[in-house]
Amino acid sequence: MKKLISAALAATMLTSLAQAAEVKIGFVTTLTTGAAVIGKDQEKAVNLAIEHMGGKMGDLDVNLIFADDGFKPETGKQVTDKLVKQDNVDIVAGYIWSHVLLASRKSVLDAGKFLITANAGPGPVAGKLCHENFFSSSWQNDETPMAMGEVLNQKGVKSIYIIAPNYAAGKGMVAGVKRTFKGEIMGTDMTTWPTQLDFSAELAKAKASGAEGLFVFYPGKAGGAFMKQYQQAGLKDSLPLYTTFTVDALSLPKFQAADFTDVLGSQFTQQWDPTIDNEQNKRFVADFRAKHGSYPSFYAAQAYDSIFLIKSAVEAVGGDLSNMDGMRAAMESASYPSVRGEYTYGNNHMPIQAYYLREVVKDDDGNWTTKIVQTVYEAHQDIYAKDCALN
Amino acid sequence: MDYTLLFAQVLNGLQLGLLLFLVASGLTLVFGILDFVNLAHGSIYMVGAFICASLTLLVGNFLLAVLIALPLTGLVGYAVERVVARKLYDKDHLDHVLGTFGLVLVLDTLAQIIWGPAGITVPLPAWLNGQVELFDGALIPSFRLLIIGTGLVVAGGLFWLVNYTRLGMLIRAGASNRTMVSALGIDIQFLFALVFALGAVLAGLAGMLISPITGTSIGMGGQIIITAFVVIIIGGVGSMKGAFIAALLIGLIDTLGRSFLDTLFALVMSENAAETAAPAIAAMMIYILMAIVLVVKPQGLFPPKVR
Repeated sequence: MKKLISAALAATMLTSLAQAAEVKIGFVTTLTTGAAVIGKDQEKAVNLAIEHMGGKMGDLDVNLIFADDGFKPETGKQVTDKLVKQDNVDIVAGYIWSHVLLASRKSVLDAGKFLITANAGPGPVAGKLCHENFFSSSWQNDETPMAMGEVLNQKGVKSIYIIAPNYAAGKGMVAGVKRTFKGEIMGTDMTTWPTQLDFSAELAKAKASGAEGLFVFYPGKAGGAFMKQYQQAGLKDSLPLYTTFTVDALSLPKFQAADFTDVLGSQFTQQWDPTIDNEQNKRFVADFRAKHGSYPSFYAAQAYDSIFLIKSAVEAVGGDLSNMDGMRAAMESASYPSVRGEYTYGNNHMPIQAYYLREVVKDDDGNWTTKIVQTVYEAHQDIYAKDCALN
Repeated sequence: MDYTLLFAQVLNGLQLGLLLFLVASGLTLVFGILDFVNLAHGSIYMVGAFICASLTLLVGNFLLAVLIALPLTGLVGYAVERVVARKLYDKDHLDHVLGTFGLVLVLDTLAQIIWGPAGITVPLPAWLNGQVELFDGALIPSFRLLIIGTGLVVAGGLFWLVNYTRLGMLIRAGASNRTMVSALGIDIQFLFALVFALGAVLAGLAGMLISPITGTSIGMGGQIIITAFVVIIIGGVGSMKGAFIAALLIGLIDTLGRSFLDTLFALVMSENAAETAAPAIAAMMIYILMAIVLVVKPQGLFPPKVR
């Protein structure tokens, strides 16, 4: 009996020792519902990142906990609370959806922990709600459509019609393209999100509006649905399509399986592409493809970056996670190897980075992927930075 | 007023309504005749869509895939009836809801295991992928016309089945007095299983028809089942005619609301406010209609005569 107790004691001490020598990261993403395909892609990228760093950040072991937001703000907040309070993680990362991030951010920041968004970038978190412990490994929502607005100007498009989902990110996208596009907006339709997948009524209106182009934002499965219906409506010649976050490496294999060739040649703006030429990106894309047989999506690229951003912070303070000032300074310098290449952080901890025009092409093996056709912005900063009190 | 646009939107509404009818008709049959609340009806819609989608990729022809997938979906429905539903008939509605909600989770997870989380994009033959010019300027996607045609044919077929065949007579008899029908020597258990399978085939057909438009996805049945319940509540539970009229009504109201509400709102408020308010109100309109119907005619617009 005595032996048993001392063994138990020893075991407890060992676990507490082990706990001390690890960095605990919570990663909130979507692992159920139709949007699970995005979360799974991020999960693959995060696991690959951990594998690439040998399971360690400096001397600390990485203890990663994935949590499922179920594509709902209320569930996202719940699992975030659990990560912060029950699992007592050091850092929370992830968040695909802007409305989920907005609902969950307070739980993390109020607990005095770091929050890294690997996708969502609603205006408020970059502006008035910015926080010293909040960082982004992606972009602010308005920026990618702003780049698209510039592209539209360069192409000489005189008028556009806009269709986007009615939630935080959709509104940001619409605001973004309206800000830079110099032509006329013939109409804007905001659709119920995420349930509405049939866009027949909106497409009919867009066509009747007489606009020269159609701008849409439909992430995830809605993007695939929209592209099909756009093609079935036969608008390709009369109403050319310009998108952001609608065609991605998750939908392209499906389109290829269905031989939906109309998507080849379609263009959209983004801060990353699998063909960006740097060591980190080459290794990420090659190993991801070798392991999973498909190109990583931009969601995956940002998730991969978020883990390396955290690693740079942990290593800068020699594993002393209580040194939050040191970790913050390390992250602000953005000195980690990012798959998008070098970038810097603004005062609001949003990336100041390049945006490219990507085009859907076939690679040498016949797989459908994208390449960069043009650099739209060299180093773009979001417009909310001026509302942020940090400096 | 742009009449070409109005015409296109009415057709879009009709198409949505007929798809809703396919789902709601099965639901109202099962609810009305078996007195069984089947939340998993939407999952069968999803299963039908997935079976058809993978068959389309396999055999290379959407229409052929639909023909093979319909009896398969019927079998799934039959299996669900035998394994789950039959044991729940004698329990009360809350047990039905709990049991079939569990089934929703099981079927969603099974679909994710079998087909993966990505969903499937369903290719169409070229002649269905184009558009038909009905009159000058009114280009309608040919596949949507096919949905409208199929929906009308199925509605006609159901009307004939329920009103003019022996099976339909038994169904109606079973609906009004279950015990009497079985006392007359009819295998009521088999009749119920048949009705359940028929409902599954109808829901599956709806899933198969929508998948070339939206693609298939896990949980796609979750939204349609809510709207289908609204349809049968407005139409009157158990009434085929009610389901038909309510489905068309909802399809038209939803589509026309999405199309013209912002223009209407812009007359009385700023364009920006209209852009924000219109989609929110448009999404609520069918529920507002349901609330009004519940106040005015709690039994629905066309309650079955004997209940």
